[in-house]
Amino acid sequence: MYLLEMNHIQKKFENLQVLKDISLSVKEGEIVSIIGPSGSGKSTLLRCATMLETIDSGEIVYLEEKAAWTDPGRNQAVYAGKAKLKEIRKSYGLVFQNFNLFPHFSVIKNITDAPIHVQGKKKEDALREGMELLRKMGLEDKADAYPCQLSGGQCQRVAIARALALNPKVLFFDEPTSALDPELTGEVLKVIRSLADLDITMVIVTHEMAFARDISDRVIFMADGVIVEEGTPEEVFSSSNERTQAFLGRYGEMLSREGKK
Amino acid sequence: MEQIMNWFAEMAAMLPQLFDGMAVTVQIFAVTLIFSLPLGLLVSFGRMAKNPVIRWITKAYISIMRGTPLMLQLFIVYFGPYYIFGIRVTNDYRLWAVFIGFVINYAAYFAEIYRSGIQSMPAGQYEAAKLLGYSRFQTFFKIIFPQVIKRILPAVTNEVITLVKDTSLAFTISVIEMFTVAKQLASAQAAMTPFVAAGIFYYVFNLLVAVVMEHFEKKLSYYQ
Repeated sequence: MYLLEMNHIQKKFENLQVLKDISLSVKEGEIVSIIGPSGSGKSTLLRCATMLETIDSGEIVYLEEKAAWTDPGRNQAVYAGKAKLKEIRKSYGLVFQNFNLFPHFSVIKNITDAPIHVQGKKKEDALREGMELLRKMGLEDKADAYPCQLSGGQCQRVAIARALALNPKVLFFDEPTSALDPELTGEVLKVIRSLADLDITMVIVTHEMAFARDISDRVIFMADGVIVEEGTPEEVFSSSNERTQAFLGRYGEMLSREGKK
Repeated sequence: MEQIMNWFAEMAAMLPQLFDGMAVTVQIFAVTLIFSLPLGLLVSFGRMAKNPVIRWITKAYISIMRGTPLMLQLFIVYFGPYYIFGIRVTNDYRLWAVFIGFVINYAAYFAEIYRSGIQSMPAGQYEAAKLLGYSRFQTFFKIIFPQVIKRILPAVTNEVITLVKDTSLAFTISVIEMFTVAKQLASAQAAMTPFVAAGIFYYVFNLLVAVVMEHFEKKLSYYQ
């Protein structure tokens, strides 16, 4: 069964067509990476999938529940009712490029507040699970710290814990390491890799090519609002497609050389 | 030496009357803050509303409140019921007119301060709250508003300090507050002393305001 299906998504900003008839589906347990140059529409695709942006036309389906579809009469997307969308939103979480932690909440409150006040979890259960998540992130000693006291890498790990605390079926990452230096990038990628071992479904927009190649079941290469190529990491990274090669450039060479060794 | 002693004696004699005036001043100050701070938030919502009619009405309201003298507004609130509607007002209405005039005037200023704070909040905070499933109400009062308060505190302090001094405008519709008392005493005694006393009172009041607001700012400085 597909966790998420996006069919024929169109999205325009002003006069710029950002997404041109994009279709994408994600199966349970799958890890999908979306790569591509800046401005290719990959972040917009993620924002449409998480309903932070509305699509112009197309279809978004989570676990066979339709969130949005094209009204044939007007040829325009319509969204499901408020209550249904609220229900659908529970099935996914998002990790932002710039974390978007709540600065006035401590680390543990960032993680437990939504479980307690949105899901109605018992406070002690939420705290226990929150501490457990922090341990997984290697941050158990930071529970009472505030985001401004943490490094970028630590912030992003808290943001991942915050998203996981709501037990989403699929976790989206929007360039999770783009605001971090190489050292901090490493620690965040390590955490994401550890989630892969837990069979959490993930859709990751990233510029970290080696990471995308290692972790993904499927890689999608986007450019100019279309999916240029899609396949296993091996297929995409050794692609003979001109556009893919142009983007991967040195990465591609490096990775294929590594592969031959 | 004797002169100084005399001066103190004079001051002491005035104090009971001045205290009565002070009580009224503090009352105007407190009532204005208690009602204009929440009303201002409501007005700022109207100012940012999607509905263009509501937006236009609140915009006009703010524009008028900021664009005309507070003294004139007090006159209109006080004399308006009689001259416009022919309603005879009682003497008690004077103080009520001051409360109403100050509250609607300060609400307009606070509304714009709230708006500046709310609009300066990064979209990411709303987006994160939405993804975590917070309702619109929760998002505003748990996530956005506490951070807005921190951002607008210096501007609010400014406004509160102005309010302390503005309370003396109640004098113009003969409400017996601090400044009215000082003026009466000064003309009765043909001396400056009551004004000096009044000046000291306003200064100490504002010093207190500044200390309290600084305390709030410090309390909120645990995060950035």
